[in-house]
Amino acid sequence: MRRLLAVIVLLAATFSAPAENLADRTPTCLSCHGEDGQSNNAETPSLGAEPAAYVLIQLYLFREKQRRVEPMTQAAQGLSDDDLRQLSEVIARLPAPKPPAEPLDAARIERAWPLARKHHCIFCHNSDFSGHDNVPRLAAQREDYLLKALREYKANTRPGYDASMAEVVQPLNDAELVDLAYLIAHAQ
Amino acid sequence: MTRYAPTRRGLLLAGTITAAMAVWPAVAQQPAAQPPAPAATAPAAAPQAPPTWAQGRPDTAIGAQLAPIAPPPIPTVADKLPVEKLKAPKGFKIEVYAAGVGNARSLRQGDKGTVFVGSRLLDKVYAIVDKGGKREVKTIYSGLYRPNGLAFKDGTLYIGELSKISKVEKIEDNLDNPPKPVVIYDDLPKDEPHGWKFLTIGPDNKLYFQVGAPCNICMPPPTHAQIRRINLDGSGAEVVARGIRQIVGMDFSPTSKQLYFTENSRDWLSEDIPEDKLNRLAQPGKDNFGYPYCHQGNIPDQEFGWGHSCDEFTKPLALLGPHSAPLGMRFYTGTMFPSEYRNAIFIARHGSWNRSKKVGGDIVVAKLNKDGTVKSIEPFLTGFIENNNYVGRPADVVVLKDGSMLISDDFNGAVYRVSYGTARIAGH
Repeated sequence: MRRLLAVIVLLAATFSAPAENLADRTPTCLSCHGEDGQSNNAETPSLGAEPAAYVLIQLYLFREKQRRVEPMTQAAQGLSDDDLRQLSEVIARLPAPKPPAEPLDAARIERAWPLARKHHCIFCHNSDFSGHDNVPRLAAQREDYLLKALREYKANTRPGYDASMAEVVQPLNDAELVDLAYLIAHAQ
Repeated sequence: MTRYAPTRRGLLLAGTITAAMAVWPAVAQQPAAQPPAPAATAPAAAPQAPPTWAQGRPDTAIGAQLAPIAPPPIPTVADKLPVEKLKAPKGFKIEVYAAGVGNARSLRQGDKGTVFVGSRLLDKVYAIVDKGGKREVKTIYSGLYRPNGLAFKDGTLYIGELSKISKVEKIEDNLDNPPKPVVIYDDLPKDEPHGWKFLTIGPDNKLYFQVGAPCNICMPPPTHAQIRRINLDGSGAEVVARGIRQIVGMDFSPTSKQLYFTENSRDWLSEDIPEDKLNRLAQPGKDNFGYPYCHQGNIPDQEFGWGHSCDEFTKPLALLGPHSAPLGMRFYTGTMFPSEYRNAIFIARHGSWNRSKKVGGDIVVAKLNKDGTVKSIEPFLTGFIENNNYVGRPADVVVLKDGSMLISDDFNGAVYRVSYGTARIAGH
């Protein structure tokens, strides 16, 4: 119900777009993605502490319809370059999300770390998955969103800005993607 | 900068409106999460066990931050371009030819002087036209898929997207209302890794392009890791070279008519090997350049090299530096530059990411012997790396009809012009 409400609010905001400024739109973003940087909505990413450079790229791709994911493609219409920059900065300053408070499956963690090393996840995203510059923060991201993104990279259906992630996931099988998503979702 | 409590929307909005915005790339570097402080009561000698999620974490990559470098999607404004930082030999002049050309990659000049620019990360092809001495950048196509490859012949522009090649006839007569590109060839894989194309047209009037390896290092399917050529109507496809990981620059020698190309070697073997390559296709249909068995002509791959010798494969003409990413290259066929550059190859080295200390980020010039082998490789235009960071990244070069040279910078979304002596831009 809460999710449905969020979508309605978002769509209402989107369709009255032209007269709106950034300040009007920001709470709409946060109604889905979480005001405290942490999303409570299935397959909707937490955005807290995402590097601004990464967020700017994604917002630009939505606006230009290079990345087509509703409602984001709609939501980004009409934003100026400066709007995108400001929104990126605001998002980068939201607090980092927290991993779920649940007992960890040590066997899965143990299986996942060698994958994170072998496939260089931690070379780019840092060994605490904090990300930097154009490389997104992954730590404590929603597990369902991480797995969705990894599977889309593997299927060439989420090309990303460049092809880096499509290349990285190419040798990984689905069980490995599941373990990596589990590890990363619980990192902090 | 305004701080705000995340739960208080009013303050958040104030922060939104009043925040002074940092200019790329000085955007927020996220501080690494701090390890938990040791409990005050813990004995100093007993190191605290890591939290469960970090148990088994290797420490070899800490601080590496070796990631592909993504340019900002919005081009740099003209007066912020790093043109003053670029250095060329005495007598050469470097200037901004055009700004606002987002992710500018492959360059081609049309018969009537239009400069066409492709892009890889954006969906656009641009035309730069000279209007009474003032250059205008027009976006002639949007919504294309990684349109990196461009070629031009007899009034027709050829566009290479990730998995199709199209043509537009009489493009220079229709820049204000460009017709829809007509697909001539799409028997191509759709893999993202190394899926973007570089196009060039040979003296045999055929269109040459690569199909890169769909990975960093793997056994490629028989449809990949090769150069193909087709007739200009898309018919008659054939493979002319194999064993090539990825090419983003090719050109035919004006003297021998042989195809030369840059090749980007595999990543993650080490900081210093393998080096990227300059190759020559001397035996079309026969040459195999070694991928994935052998790198840089003399290093067997640690996984795929077993049972093979590097001597089975065509050797590179020259090595161009580890991870230096040589992309666009052209033979210098003009007369404006001094005679020592005549028929030499200018190569845009995009610059490394898979290496702690960056190399490349420059234009080098390969001077050749009479037999077409490489006599020397020298830096020509440098200055794109400052304090181990890129201030720009060269992606392609093209020789204009007046003998000057254009360089695309896909990081800043700009095109620079290099001229020699007192020559001025044609049309001024």
